[in-house]
Amino acid sequence: MSKEHTMIDGNEAAAYVAYRTNEVIAIYPITPSSPMGEWADLWESQETKNIWGSSPTVVEMQSEGGAAGAIHGALQAGSLATTFTASQGLLLMIPNMYKIAGELTPTVFHVAARSLAVQALSIFGDHSDVMAARSTGFAFLCSASVQEAMDFALIAQSATLQSRIPFVHFFDGFRTSHEISKIEVLPDDTIRQMIPEDLVHAHKARALSPDHPVMRGTTQNPDVYFQARESVNTYYDQCSRIVSGAMKEFAKLTGRTYAPFEYAGDSAAERVIVLMGSGCETAEETVQHLQAQGEKVGVVKVRLFRPFDSAFFLSVLPKTARTIAVLDRTKESGAPGEPLYLDCLSVLAENQMNGEKKFDCLPKVVGGRYGLSSKEFTPGMVKGIFDHLKEANPKKSFTIGITDDVTHLSLPYDPEFSIESKDTYRAVFYGLGSDGTVGANKNSIKIIGHDEKRSAQGYFVYDSRKSGATTVSHLRFGPKVIRAPYLISQAHFIGCHQWTLFERYDILKHLLPNGKFLLNSIYGPDDVWRYLPGKVQAQLKEKNAKFYVIDAYKVAKESGIGSLINTVMQVCFFAISKIMPIDEAVREIEESIRKTYGKKGQEIVDRNLKAVHGALQHLHEVNTAGQPLNGTPFAPPIPKEAPPFVREVLGTIVQGCGDDLPVGVFPIDGTYPTGTSKWEQRNLTQEVPVWDPDVCIQCGKCAFVCPHGVIRVKAYEDKHLKGAPQTFKSRPAKDLDWKDLTYTIQVATDYCTGCGICVDICPAKNKSKTSLKAINMEAELPIRETERENWDFFSQLPELDRRRIKSESIRQEQVQQPLFEFSSACLGCGETPYIKLATQLFGDRMVVANATGCSSIYGGNLPTTPWTHNADGRGPAWSNSLFEDNAEFGLGMRLSIDQQRRFAIELLLRIRNTIEPGLVNALIESPQKTEADIYEQRERVELLKKQLKKSKQKEAERLLAHADMLVKKSVWIIGGDGWAYDIGYGGLDHVLASGKNVNILVLDTEVYSNTGGQMSKSTPKAAVAKFAANGKAMAKKDLGLIAMTYGNVYVASVAMGAKDEHTLKAFLEAEAYDGPSLIIAYSHCIAHGINMTTAMQNQKALVQSGRWLLYRYHPERGKAGQDPLILERPGKKISLEQYMNMENRFKMLAKSHPETARYLWEEASEELQLRMAFYEYLATFRKNSAKKPEPQNAEVK
Amino acid sequence: MDLTADYLGMTLKNPLVPSASPLSEKIATIRHLEDSGAGAIVLHSLFEEQIRMENLELNHHLSSHKDVFSEAQSFFPEPTQFHLDPEGYLEYIQNVKKAVSIPVIASLNGATLGGWTDTAELMQQAGADAIELNIYKITTNPDQPAAEIEAEYVKILKSVKSKIKIPVALKLSPYFTNMANMAQRFDDAGANALVLFNRFYQPDIDLETLDMRSDILFSAPQALRLPLTWVGILFGKVRADLAATSGIHRAEDVLKMLMVGANVTMLCSVLLRRGPAYLKVILEDMKQWMEEHEYESVQQMRGSMSQMNCDNPSAYERAQYIKSLQSFKPQQ
Repeated sequence: MSKEHTMIDGNEAAAYVAYRTNEVIAIYPITPSSPMGEWADLWESQETKNIWGSSPTVVEMQSEGGAAGAIHGALQAGSLATTFTASQGLLLMIPNMYKIAGELTPTVFHVAARSLAVQALSIFGDHSDVMAARSTGFAFLCSASVQEAMDFALIAQSATLQSRIPFVHFFDGFRTSHEISKIEVLPDDTIRQMIPEDLVHAHKARALSPDHPVMRGTTQNPDVYFQARESVNTYYDQCSRIVSGAMKEFAKLTGRTYAPFEYAGDSAAERVIVLMGSGCETAEETVQHLQAQGEKVGVVKVRLFRPFDSAFFLSVLPKTARTIAVLDRTKESGAPGEPLYLDCLSVLAENQMNGEKKFDCLPKVVGGRYGLSSKEFTPGMVKGIFDHLKEANPKKSFTIGITDDVTHLSLPYDPEFSIESKDTYRAVFYGLGSDGTVGANKNSIKIIGHDEKRSAQGYFVYDSRKSGATTVSHLRFGPKVIRAPYLISQAHFIGCHQWTLFERYDILKHLLPNGKFLLNSIYGPDDVWRYLPGKVQAQLKEKNAKFYVIDAYKVAKESGIGSLINTVMQVCFFAISKIMPIDEAVREIEESIRKTYGKKGQEIVDRNLKAVHGALQHLHEVNTAGQPLNGTPFAPPIPKEAPPFVREVLGTIVQGCGDDLPVGVFPIDGTYPTGTSKWEQRNLTQEVPVWDPDVCIQCGKCAFVCPHGVIRVKAYEDKHLKGAPQTFKSRPAKDLDWKDLTYTIQVATDYCTGCGICVDICPAKNKSKTSLKAINMEAELPIRETERENWDFFSQLPELDRRRIKSESIRQEQVQQPLFEFSSACLGCGETPYIKLATQLFGDRMVVANATGCSSIYGGNLPTTPWTHNADGRGPAWSNSLFEDNAEFGLGMRLSIDQQRRFAIELLLRIRNTIEPGLVNALIESPQKTEADIYEQRERVELLKKQLKKSKQKEAERLLAHADMLVKKSVWIIGGDGWAYDIGYGGLDHVLASGKNVNILVLDTEVYSNTGGQMSKSTPKAAVAKFAANGKAMAKKDLGLIAMTYGNVYVASVAMGAKDEHTLKAFLEAEAYDGPSLIIAYSHCIAHGINMTTAMQNQKALVQSGRWLLYRYHPERGKAGQDPLILERPGKKISLEQYMNMENRFKMLAKSHPETARYLWEEASEELQLRMAFYEYLATFRKNSAKKPEPQNAEVK
Repeated sequence: MDLTADYLGMTLKNPLVPSASPLSEKIATIRHLEDSGAGAIVLHSLFEEQIRMENLELNHHLSSHKDVFSEAQSFFPEPTQFHLDPEGYLEYIQNVKKAVSIPVIASLNGATLGGWTDTAELMQQAGADAIELNIYKITTNPDQPAAEIEAEYVKILKSVKSKIKIPVALKLSPYFTNMANMAQRFDDAGANALVLFNRFYQPDIDLETLDMRSDILFSAPQALRLPLTWVGILFGKVRADLAATSGIHRAEDVLKMLMVGANVTMLCSVLLRRGPAYLKVILEDMKQWMEEHEYESVQQMRGSMSQMNCDNPSAYERAQYIKSLQSFKPQQ
């Protein structure tokens, strides 16, 4: 049989088998396993069949807990069922995993293993999650490469049916899940032969059925539970043998041999490393290298971690072993060692104790930790460990890959040590996420890997930032199978697709001598040298590099493919690298363009083909001979004025050198200062907004919508203008309340992303040239220095006394300082303006519980973070607990604050005789409703503290510790719709029902934005999303309506682009309401397929179409006998169809599934009418039913 | 009474044809128009930009956020196949053809020479009885001479004609220096009919917001005069059939157009404003007028008042203009 090869990543490889061998698949997105579910969903939508000729049912659940429950049920009812997950998701599955294992139910859960959230969340790979689930009774089979991810998925499926023990099949998140590699595809016939039909029938025969009823899941008591628990032992005893058998069977069918434990290395090795996962590949390659140099070393690759087959493990260990290092990719604080180490140690100890004595003398066994959160694990580190094992007393619980300057557990290693094969061609590409670099490289791998004589591997390092995100692609090509799951440190070719990346990376660090360097540059071959930074010039000379330039943006623009330079740079890579004849490469690229873009129309194909030829014409080699070393040095990444921690720790991370930071510099408990984003000037855009004060009407809308808080407004006394830079702009304030003040709108251009949403929203037009507004986009570079100076001057201008600001007026409110600034959110983000608004209004007294998701990433991702404080040092205190528990987390904060405030009042009353008369009552009775109230209360608390400090009473000391709680604290619970509508809905509901004074802000993008646009229950009908490839068939859940049913919950549905005053009013009312408040804030998103610059127009159309209702439900109106629901009716109306045609998420359904689109659009339209009528009824019920109706929609006084 | 009209080689039951507009976007409305007596139907236009730009836009949204972040390598599921324009339009032609028995004229709207003209062939395959080619071009480049623009019009027509066998009606702008010459050139290039005229989109201004407003106005009754003039002039001078469009709101308007030489009259604003059923009213009024004035057929009156056949040919020319100015007496 001919062997079919393909270029895929680990996720697709595992999902490929899982889909073919199952009938029910329950999914839930979580990085890095989401693509497995996405593949399954896509295949189902395309009616791809499993090996029994039927399409599995794929269902998205509300959480991983839900997915596990659904799988448990599906298994009990007789289907073969599977799920995919990682990290916290696996933790949520644990209760069901115990049940599934306890009931001896065959299934395989495929896990892209990932770190757990501890001192911080991390999306990257290690074994913390699977280790946390190791006691569930599941078997754990670990694959170490993309090929194995496919192979072991099948072996696990076969073994689970034979053994009845459920399996976790796991592989390293990102390193394996996202590595693209050339692998051999398992044909359906092979899969069928590995899945015995009789065992499938046996599984079905055990299922719950009223035709042969049984019951499962009884309650057992002390008399029998224990014995029953022991009844499964024989199944576990046989499991390893069964896995072994399945592996042998698999080897017969495919030629690829595996075993539960595999040994590689010298048969008389003295030093042995034991580990599992992708690190096995690195260790094995390194062992071979060291062996060739005469070292007696070996590696045991653990495949089947549970059930741990002690005898098998012992059998593969060479008798000659003297020292063994067992490596765990996890950390178990407080344990005598990590799990794999303890397992191995106990097996060896038992063997010695039992007298079986495999070893004459028990080898020294040490445990070590490596690779947490995808930390690199390189051949140098493997060698470092082997070197260390030569020592008489190797370190227990060592670490490798970091510098531990606190407990000194880390081992030294040589980072330069390399075992890269001479046959392997290595290329590294630096690009921006938005320029298509990764896509082009994925395509190049496919083209090169297509040649049956070549192997290929691609790994992509992404930024966590959502705007200006960088990507680094690591590509290897060679004649042999590539087993190098670590980044390239010695490259033959380096491509830099963006000039600005020089400032962020040491681009040429890893270029080999005589290597080739390709730069996308607006400067041609004759000019480019003099613009290069000095360091780059020196490196090119030192390395004797061949240097090429192309103006890829020019070629792309001329070809009509906009800013996507992928095709252009790809062609240049092939032309320079000569990895295959250029004619052949061009033919392949053209073919792939036809294949990729053909379905989207000939025009796109033609434009890309044009770019291919343009690339070859515009590629030039630069003559570096005789060029002077005259480039300018780099500016430091963080200004020297920054605090030491920001400069030295965060600054190092900004520079891409976080790996070099030692343990001792880090906060021990995950606590970081706020206000750090201002120290990282990212200069992401070529155009920035510039204020025209003569046209400006000072409405504040530009600042209101600015997603990154770069447009700032201040009103101040004229005297402060003394010393202003020449180009600093100001005008007399137009607001009648501020006749004595001067007004400035200043743009912090260093932090602007250039989204242009401010210009789009600006209502003031230049009377002589209406294409200009009061704020206009202009080139950034010419004004960079002057605007930096202006921003610095603006920043030191005093903030206006908050007591002079009417918060209910946008033009005045926008003068309030945002305490959320310069986040890394996407260009034009629809969420951040709401967060920023909340911080302007209440930031100085705000405590934030933030659900995991986009807002926790752009809000809390190192190095620098956007939550900040004012000049008094006050600002939002922020924390992220989990995805699923955010409402409860915030409620806990409320309870805690209330409890402390109550205690403070109790203490105040207890010692009232020692406090100034009148102060106690004023402190307790202050309403704290207005800024003035709060200002005065803060003054009182300061006074109180002064008096308390003089006292020696214990109660006074206690009160001093609690005194700040006498000032109002505003608890905000913030998260996306994935949290509020799905995974956290139960908790959210409970918190709403608690009656407590919390403010819940749901940033409703109508999809799981952070993980790539998967459907949530907020997704509207007819929208295409991941997991809803055929358009969502169900209507959007009406969360607001559900909340209203409690009667005592303040509920607002807002869309700032449709009516900003309404949004502002809702925020003020929600915070003022002494009870639970829920604000559902429509947030446009890149996942909608819209132009983000004009996204506020989409919000307007959304409301005009009636798909989004603007309302406020105020329980106090209800108590006053009025209709509690105030509905804002849009002035102009448009049809739902008109609105839907503005967004690709709806439009693309008409292009992919026209018939479905037709009826879903019609249904959506009908449902919209019904919903509008229902809300009208609710908003006018009392008015219509009262004998003497009150004025409609009168405001609460 | 014989109301039949010859147009594009087909015999229509009457000369009332709803023109390309949103009215023909739904099959139910087309059925309604047929039931009201329409002689044929021109489908809504498929635009050159629709074929080119929409696909580009789709590609942009599917690819612009791909491979950007570690957590999300894409934001949309990508189906294996898209039903892109013109596919949807072609399917619509097929469905309309199944739904009605009157001739169906597909409408292709473009401005430049390019691959989009291939679509005409696909429209033919989909079953269109004829194609109305709407060359809608607003040239704002002061460097481009008129001759170049005129030549491109002819090239586009020839390009479409070379690809199909079904008849082509060319919908035109009136803004040529010598309309008669152009009509002649289009006639020579093989146009089976000339549709006179396109109404150009002309923007308005919102004084409050200082925005350009892009709402399309319904045609006013006065708009009738321009096609009336040119149909009258061209009748008998070109081989191509003549279709009159703009400002035809009543039976009287239809009759006038037929008399100056139109083979058919196109209805749009009146049906958008009054609904598809109003076509029947126009038809009945027309019949009644013909009965009252003892006309036997449409054919009988066609061209009777054209420049060629009327008793005062100068009425179509400059002389009449001077007369009408001289006869105008301003109000005191």
